[in-house]
Amino acid sequence: MKKSDVKLISNGKRIDGRDLDELRPVEIETHVIDRANGSAKASFGNTEAICSVFGPRALFPRWMQESDTGILRCRYNMAPFSVDDRKSPGPDRRSVELSKVIRICLEPAIFLEDFPKATIDVYIEILQADGSTRVAGINAASVALADAGVPMKDLVTACSVGKIDGKLIADLCGKEDNYGEADMAVAMMPNKKKITLLQMDGILTKEEIMELLDMAVKSCEKIYEKQKKVLKEKYKRVIE
Amino acid sequence: MRESYALELIQKDKRIDGRKFDDFRKIEIKKGIAKNAEGSAQVKLGNTEVMVGVKLNTGEPFSDTPDEGMLMVGAEFTPMASPDFESGPPGEDAVELARVVDRGLRESKCIDLEKLCIEEGEKVWCIFTDIHIINNQGNLLDAAALAAIAAVLDAKMPKMEKDEIKRGEYEGPLPVKFKPINVTVCKVGDKFLLDPALEEEDVIDAKLSVSVRDDDNICSLQKQGHKELDVKDLEKMIDIALKKSKEIRKMLK
Amino acid sequence: MTEREVVLPGELIEEKKGRKAGSGTFFEGEKVFAKFLGIPRVNEIEISVIPLSGVYIPNVGDKVLGVVESVEISGWMVDVNSPYTAFLPLSEGVSGFVDTQRAELSRFYDIGDVIFCRISRVTKNKTTQISVREIGYGRGEGFRKLFGGIVIKVTPSKVPRIIGKAGSMITLIKNKTKCDITIGQNGLVWIRGEDKTKAIEAILTIEKESHTIGLTEKIEKMLGE
Repeated sequence: MKKSDVKLISNGKRIDGRDLDELRPVEIETHVIDRANGSAKASFGNTEAICSVFGPRALFPRWMQESDTGILRCRYNMAPFSVDDRKSPGPDRRSVELSKVIRICLEPAIFLEDFPKATIDVYIEILQADGSTRVAGINAASVALADAGVPMKDLVTACSVGKIDGKLIADLCGKEDNYGEADMAVAMMPNKKKITLLQMDGILTKEEIMELLDMAVKSCEKIYEKQKKVLKEKYKRVIE
Repeated sequence: MRESYALELIQKDKRIDGRKFDDFRKIEIKKGIAKNAEGSAQVKLGNTEVMVGVKLNTGEPFSDTPDEGMLMVGAEFTPMASPDFESGPPGEDAVELARVVDRGLRESKCIDLEKLCIEEGEKVWCIFTDIHIINNQGNLLDAAALAAIAAVLDAKMPKMEKDEIKRGEYEGPLPVKFKPINVTVCKVGDKFLLDPALEEEDVIDAKLSVSVRDDDNICSLQKQGHKELDVKDLEKMIDIALKKSKEIRKMLK
Repeated sequence: MTEREVVLPGELIEEKKGRKAGSGTFFEGEKVFAKFLGIPRVNEIEISVIPLSGVYIPNVGDKVLGVVESVEISGWMVDVNSPYTAFLPLSEGVSGFVDTQRAELSRFYDIGDVIFCRISRVTKNKTTQISVREIGYGRGEGFRKLFGGIVIKVTPSKVPRIIGKAGSMITLIKNKTKCDITIGQNGLVWIRGEDKTKAIEAILTIEKESHTIGLTEKIEKMLGE
C-alpha cells in the first residue's frame, strides 16, 4: 500500500475516531515484576511497554565505575512478537539509538551523585507496538524508577505528537506514524517543565514545531496525572 | 584541564580558539576524493575530518515503497580517528550519528527516490552512504551530514547495459532536489554556541541538532547532551540553526 | 504524627519556614521537594521523607547486620546488603592486641559469619567501614558475632515499622515466638529460636502491609495463642 493512498483524517476525526489532540486510553500499572527493585507497565491504546529497574547496585567491571557519581544504563528492546512482521530478537540499530536516547532522557531526573560507583539498570521491553513505543517505554521507566526507591528530582513523562494530512495531532498510532508527514517524540520533567527528550523526523515549519511542543506539554500533563494516581494509590495512607 | 578552561572562557563570552559563539571553524569541502565510489566528499570543520562515500547498486525495494529507490546510511567511528573509538561493530554514538544523518537526507526528500525505480516492486537503485570518521576534533554530526549531502551531490548514476551495471561509465547526476543542512546548537550555562571543538564538547549541557531544508522546513530534530532544556531554549536554538544553515548551504556547489 | 498521603519525587511538600530540609528531600530556595516516593514527615524542626522502598545506602551511626564475605590481611570485607561492601578493620573487630604475623583472622570472623555492628565511617564516595566496638561506656548496643539462627532480608525502609513505636512490635513478636531477634537498619534480620517460622511470617507480613491500617491487631491475631 503506497503512502499517498492512506487517508488518515475523515470529518475531523482520526482513523480510530479520536479528535486531533486526543490521547488513546493510557493505562499504567506499577510493581508488576516482583524480582526487580522497581517495575511498571504503560500502554497507549495497543502499544504496551513493560519496564524493570535494578539498583542502585554494585557496578562491575570496575573501570566502568565513576568514583563520584552513579551511572544509568538503559536497554530498549522490542519483543519479536510485538509487531506484525516478526522482528528477529536482539538489538538492531534502532534499538541501539533508542537505548541511548532514553538513557539521556532519564538521567537529568535522577540524583546520580547519591550513589557513586554504583549503577541503575533500566530494561524496557515493548510487548505490543502500535506507534509511540519509546514514549510508552519512558512513561513506564519513570514509574518503575520511583517504585524502586531511586532518588529523583521529578518523574519523566513522555508523549508523541505529529502531523497527518496537514493537521497537528497528539499520540500517534502505528498507521499515523508510518503514513503521516511528521512524528515528534517529547519527554519532560513535569513539575519543572523541562524537556529531556526531543526527536523529530518529517517535514515541519518552525511554527508547527512550537505548536506541537505546546500540545506535547499539555498531553504530558494529562499522562503525569495518571502516573501520579497509580503511584499514590499503590501505597495508600499510612498511620503511624 | 582544557575542558575547565574552555568552560571558564565561555562563561566570559569567549572561546578557546577566539571564535564568536555562532562561528563555525574553517569549512573545507572536497568532492570526488574516492575514485571507486559513485560519489564522495571529504569535509573538514577545523581539524575534524569526515569522509563519505556513496555507492550505488541495484536491489529489491522496501515492501511499503515498491516504486522508490532505497537509501541506507551507515557510519564508522574508525579507531584511527580517536583514542576513544574502538574497532568492532558501531557503538551507540556511531549508530545515532548515522541514523540522524539518514533522517536529514530521507525526510527532506532531497533525493527524488521515485526516479530511481527500475522495475516497480522488483528492482530499484539502492544508495549506500557510508560515513567514515577520519579525525575527531568535535562536532562530528554536522561534519558528517555536510559530507553526506556533498557526496550525494557529487554522485553520478552508473550506466546500465542489459541489466548489468557498467562501473566507471555514468549517465548523469543523482536526482537531487534539496540540500538539507544539519546544524547542532549547543547550550553551555545560558549561552548558545555552534561547532564545538573537542575540548568544548565535554562542557556542553545540552545540544539540539536541527536538519534544515532549502525552504526553511525542518526535517529532523535530535536532542543530545545530559541536561534538560526549556521550551524557550528550543525555540532559540531552532532560530539559530535556521539562520546558520543558509550560510553553510552556500558552500555547497 | 499525622496521616499523610504518599508523595512523589519532585512533588512540593512545604516551604522551609525556618525548618531543615531533612533526609529524603531536596530544596530550591524556600521550597522543599520530595526526593523519593514515600511518606513525608513534617514537624517544627525538619521536613523529611521516608522512602517506601529502595536499597540500603550506608550512613554513619546506623546499626546494621553484616555477613562476612572475605577475610583480608588486616580486616574483613562484610556484605551489608548494599551496593557498597563494608570493611571491618582488625582493630574495630577485635579488642586487645593481635599479632597479625601469627594470627589467623578467620578465627575471629569467618566467611558467612553474621555480625551485629555499626557503620563507623562513610567517605564521600561511599567507601564504608564498620565497627563492633561500642561507643562510650555503659550497657552498649550488644554489637557482636551472632551464632546460629538465620538471616532474612526486608526492605530497609520498612525496618522502623517492624520495630514499632519504642520497639513495641518487635517485642511482641519476640515474646510470642520466644525467639531471639536482631534487626539491622540495613534490612537484614537475624532470628534464632524454635518458632522461627511464625516470627518470619509476622515480619514479612509487616513488610508487605506496612502501609495498612489495623496492622498491629492483625499481627497480634497471627501470633495468637
